[in-house]
Amino acid sequence: MSNEETMRISVLRELYVTFFKIGSVSFGGGYAMLPLLEKELSEKKAWVSEEELLDYYAIGQSTPGIIAINVATFTGYKTAGIPGAVAATLGMITPSLIIIILIASFLDRFDEYPLVQKALKGVNIAVAVLLISSVWKFAQKTVKNIWGLLICLGAFAAVGFAGISPIIAVLISASLGGAAFFLKGRERK
Amino acid sequence: MTYISLYLIFFKIGLFTIGGGLAALPLLQSEALERGWFTLDRFFHMVAVSESTPGPIGVNMATYVGLEQAGIGGSLAATLGLVSPSLIIIVLVARYFLHFNEKPLVQSILKGLRPAVTGLIATAAFNVITVAVIPWRVFQESGNWADLIPPVNILIFVIIGFGFLKWKFHPIVYIAAAAVAGMVLL
Repeated sequence: MSNEETMRISVLRELYVTFFKIGSVSFGGGYAMLPLLEKELSEKKAWVSEEELLDYYAIGQSTPGIIAINVATFTGYKTAGIPGAVAATLGMITPSLIIIILIASFLDRFDEYPLVQKALKGVNIAVAVLLISSVWKFAQKTVKNIWGLLICLGAFAAVGFAGISPIIAVLISASLGGAAFFLKGRERK
Repeated sequence: MTYISLYLIFFKIGLFTIGGGLAALPLLQSEALERGWFTLDRFFHMVAVSESTPGPIGVNMATYVGLEQAGIGGSLAATLGLVSPSLIIIVLVARYFLHFNEKPLVQSILKGLRPAVTGLIATAAFNVITVAVIPWRVFQESGNWADLIPPVNILIFVIIGFGFLKWKFHPIVYIAAAAVAGMVLL
C-alpha cells in the first residue's frame, strides 16, 4: 500500500470513530449535538472551521434528510470525498443501531425507569449550558454589525416565538446577504 | 416485510423530511399506522425510547421500527434507507458548495446566513432551557410559581455552568456529570 493510501484509510477510520463517538453521547440530534460537533470537528481535529459548521447546519437544515446526518455527510465529504461522507454517516448511525437493538431486546421499557428519566433531565440541563455557550461563541464570530444582530435576533424571534419554519429564516437571511452584495457593488461604482 | 421494502419506505421518509429528526416523526407515524405496523400507543413508546437513548431521534426510530418489523437485518435496511437521501443530496450540494464558496457573492450570502443560524441555535437553547431549567409548560399547567423555579434543576444548572466556565473539559464530561447529578438529586 502506498503512503497516500495508508493516509487516506486512516482519515476514513478517524472520521468513522469521531462520528461514532458523537453519535454515542449526543441526545436528541439536531442542534443539541452542535457543542459536541464543534469540540470534535473544529477544536480537536480542525477538519472544519466553526463558520463552516454553521454553513453546513444552514444547508443541512434546508435540504432533505435529518440535520444530524446531513452535517455528518457534509463534514465527511469535505474531509475525504465520497468515502469520507460514507464513513462519517456510518459512524454516526452505528451507535444508534447497537444501542437500540440492545435496549429493544433486553430493556424494552427502558424509558419508564425513574432513574433513566432523572438522568435524562440532568443531561438536558447540561445541554442547556453547552448550547448557551455555543450561542455566545457563535454570536461573537458571526454577529459583526447591526445588520448581523438584526438578522440573528430576527431569526430567533421568528422561529422561537412566531412559529416560522427555520427554512424560511435560512432563505430570508441568505437573500439579505445576497442583496447586500449587489448593493455594495453599486456603491463601488 | 422484506428488507428492500423497508429500505424504500425509509428512503422516502428521509427524502421528505426537512429539518431535525422530530420532523420525520409525523411522516413515519402515518406510514407505520397505515400499514398496521403498530398501535399508536406502541408508536409513542418507541418515540419515548428513541428520545431517551443516545443518537439522533430519527435514526433511533428507524432502527427500532426496522428491528420490530424484520429483525436486525430490518433495522439495518431501515436506517440505511433513512440516511441514503442525505448521502446522495448532500454529496451533490457539497460538491457545488465547496467549489463556489470562495466567490464573493456566496461569501456575502454566507455573511447573511451565519447570524441567522446563530439565532436558530439560540432558539434551540431557549427551548431546552424552558424544558430543563425553567419548565414553562409545567408552570402553565399548574399555575404554581414554585414549579417555574425548581431549585434542584437550577442548582445543577448553576454548578454545571460554573464548572464549564472554570474548566475546559470535553462536553461529554458535563453531560455525564449532569446525568449523575440528575439521578442522585432530581
